[in-house]
Amino acid sequence: MAKHSNLKEKFIHGLFLFNGLLVVIVLAGIFVLLVSKSAPAFKEIPLWGFLFKSTWNPTATFVSPTYGMGSMLVSTFMVSIGALAIAVPLGIGTAAYLSDIASPRVREIAKPVIEILAGIPSVVIGFLGIVLVGPVISKIFRLSSGLNALNGSILLAVMALPTIISLTEDALKSVPLSFKEASLALGATHWQTIVKVKIPAAASGIVAACMLGMGRAIGETMTVLMATGCSIAMPKGFLSSVQTITSTIAIELGEVPYNTTHYYALFAIGLVLFIITFIVNMISDIVLHKYQKVVK
Amino acid sequence: MRKIICLITMSAILLLGANIAMAKSDMVEIKGSDTLINVVQKLAETYMSGHPGSRISVTGGGSGTGIAALINKRCDIANSSRGIKSKEVEDANTQGVNPKRVVVAIDGLSIITNAKNPIDRLTVDEIGKIYRGDVKNWKDLGGSDTPINLYGRQSNSGTYDFMKEVVMKGEYSPNMKSMNGNAQIVEAVKQDLGGIGYVGVGYVKDAAGITVMQVASDPTLGYFSPLNPMDVKSGKYPITRPLNQYLNGDPKGAVKDFLVFELSKEGQDIVESEGFFAIPHEYHKYNNSTLGRTGEPEAKDTKYSVEGRDGA
Amino acid sequence: MIKKKQFTQILGFSILRACTLLVMLTLVVILYDIISKGIGVINWKFLTTMPTDGMTKGGILPAIIGTFLVTVITALLAIPMGMGCAIYLNEYAKDGMITRIIRMSIRNLSGVPSIVYGLFGVILFVQLMNIGTCILAAGLTLGLMTLPWTITASEEALKNVPNSYREGALALGATKWQTIKTNVLPYAVPGMLTGTILGLSRAAGETAPILFTGAAFYLPYIPKSLFDQFMALPYHLYIMSTQHHSITKVRPIAYGTALVLIALVFMMNLFATILRYKLRKVKTE
Repeated sequence: MAKHSNLKEKFIHGLFLFNGLLVVIVLAGIFVLLVSKSAPAFKEIPLWGFLFKSTWNPTATFVSPTYGMGSMLVSTFMVSIGALAIAVPLGIGTAAYLSDIASPRVREIAKPVIEILAGIPSVVIGFLGIVLVGPVISKIFRLSSGLNALNGSILLAVMALPTIISLTEDALKSVPLSFKEASLALGATHWQTIVKVKIPAAASGIVAACMLGMGRAIGETMTVLMATGCSIAMPKGFLSSVQTITSTIAIELGEVPYNTTHYYALFAIGLVLFIITFIVNMISDIVLHKYQKVVK
Repeated sequence: MRKIICLITMSAILLLGANIAMAKSDMVEIKGSDTLINVVQKLAETYMSGHPGSRISVTGGGSGTGIAALINKRCDIANSSRGIKSKEVEDANTQGVNPKRVVVAIDGLSIITNAKNPIDRLTVDEIGKIYRGDVKNWKDLGGSDTPINLYGRQSNSGTYDFMKEVVMKGEYSPNMKSMNGNAQIVEAVKQDLGGIGYVGVGYVKDAAGITVMQVASDPTLGYFSPLNPMDVKSGKYPITRPLNQYLNGDPKGAVKDFLVFELSKEGQDIVESEGFFAIPHEYHKYNNSTLGRTGEPEAKDTKYSVEGRDGA
Repeated sequence: MIKKKQFTQILGFSILRACTLLVMLTLVVILYDIISKGIGVINWKFLTTMPTDGMTKGGILPAIIGTFLVTVITALLAIPMGMGCAIYLNEYAKDGMITRIIRMSIRNLSGVPSIVYGLFGVILFVQLMNIGTCILAAGLTLGLMTLPWTITASEEALKNVPNSYREGALALGATKWQTIKTNVLPYAVPGMLTGTILGLSRAAGETAPILFTGAAFYLPYIPKSLFDQFMALPYHLYIMSTQHHSITKVRPIAYGTALVLIALVFMMNLFATILRYKLRKVKTE
């Protein structure tokens, strides 16, 4: 009787272990599939040129097709860094306000507001980029169209803000009370405490939050697809129309005939995107863990 | 509790099985060209209201997407605003697909600029230079000192291909903004004083705020407008093209019935109401051979011939 | 006379207050624009009829149903797999290499871009498993994407079950699985569902994973089988605002779709929040 249930227990344990491992399998599976579908591309495209040449023209017929990610990489980083430039100061400021200064009533209102903001689908934000932000940008800068990198950065900032705010708030809350009390006891004002004691103490958590926000921005598809104007040339500035890695995949995957160089090349840029976000997330992880060790 | 779960799962599986058997039997799936999408959708809607029980789904994605779907056996009809490429025919054959073509409408590819732009005519050569990026400012063409802003489609578009192969004979300037569809191009050019775009003629019939360029292949022979049916059907307008539908093998059953409707007088009336042009006699004969029909077609205009220009 | 220190503080606080206000204002602007321009289109007909006249008139019923069906499939994949993984991590796993790797994988999966999930879904479900572009393929793809959410939410819920519950059962001679089944899960499941609903509300709003796994521009019918293509709210919004042949004419419909979409996401969030609140009340009693 005991043996029978022992076997059953072991079986169930194994089942759950398998379930746990499935997660690893999925992640590994994504990587392996991307690699297997990109590898054939590199038989024809030299890696250096692929990453750094700026012309992406896989359907060229009058010249030979070129598969250069350069402009795409620059565009992707441009909109992401632009987004961070807006979201990081705003996010840290808001988090500092909410964690240290705001009254409980304000916090009660702000928390759901930020959660709702986080839940707005990316396609809705992209839609607003077309109908709301675009016309404003074109009016302010006297441009013909407001679909450019700046538009994308603003929208991505809106999407990254909730992540940055909540994680920074967590980081600030984790700063031991003793830090704050010591600072105030030494005669510092509340403001000075926040700026010179709490934020530096929470620095790693804040950096991790920003990196996660950046990861979100880099990986976002619909928002940039709808709002950045889709021009494959190397951007000349934030008012140029750009095309990111994600936009390119979204635009071209539907039409490309299976198992052609163009097809493999799209998976190759997907692989590059995967690796970039993987690295960003790993850095954020490492920073966060270092931070947690320090605080403990 | 467990018994209930088992029961639900069983019935779900049974329902699924029944559904799979019934689901795809009589539906016609059409995918592809954005240029064609609203006219084919209109045709599908009219057909379905006249033939209850028929099911036709129309999705976009561009001509390239449609042909790719046909090759991958994921649709019945591929809408294409360009001809199928030889590479695509090869791919199709290796997949066991035999592409057959039917022409459903004639398009005069229209070049549009902002209504406030004083220039109202261009040669094919000039259009090519503009889109290749060789000419960057309207003043080089006799207009005002405004930089030219290029709007075009994406590489999945048959119109994109057609422009490249037939008009530009070269690669697009990387500064072109790739829009997702014809309508987006029209909207963009409406707001952009320096803008220029290319769209199917069905998209310009009511459009205010834009000027449809008159085009000449040879200036001495005159400039012609795609809004003039005579010029399009007689071939005087230099950038006309047939709008195609590709099928796998000889059309049968529901697919054939729909094609017959599209090519009937009622279908061609719908084509013209959407701003495109009915197919002329020569294409009717060609279509009939694909459809396996004989006898005189119900063609509207039997006098004009059009030199079809395929992108391939 | 205000000292410099106090002046800096007042200034600093004002800046922080302004940041917060700006962030909250962003949501207000977003909601105001969509609600004001979308509400005019919403009526019973809009929500329950098919689109007509080349989608320039009529309703968005197929998109609503499509989103619903896909979300059901997403839930069917993400909930069991998520719960199972969380049970393993919280109840069975010991600190070790395997556990660390699993946790690292979960964190990384949550950071994978949605379009990469779409690529994966196209290869695995549409091509390799040959189920084609359909509700099932799209639902499975979204299910994988929602996994990190359900795992994290389930783990939280499991952690909240006091250890005494487990110890009590074990003391009475129950096996590990029996303990989990009778003394842990019933208390954890409500919390698991709360987090899962939030994850599902995200999945319902995603476009990139369904772009190539089944979403369609126009279908004249409601999908009858899991192997049919489908229309979906987020994809509908995308094509109404970019690909449609009369985008200015259908702009109101686009706004209406956006409003329905955020209303749906909002309602799911609200439901989860109320559930969470009710659970907290139960716990403290």
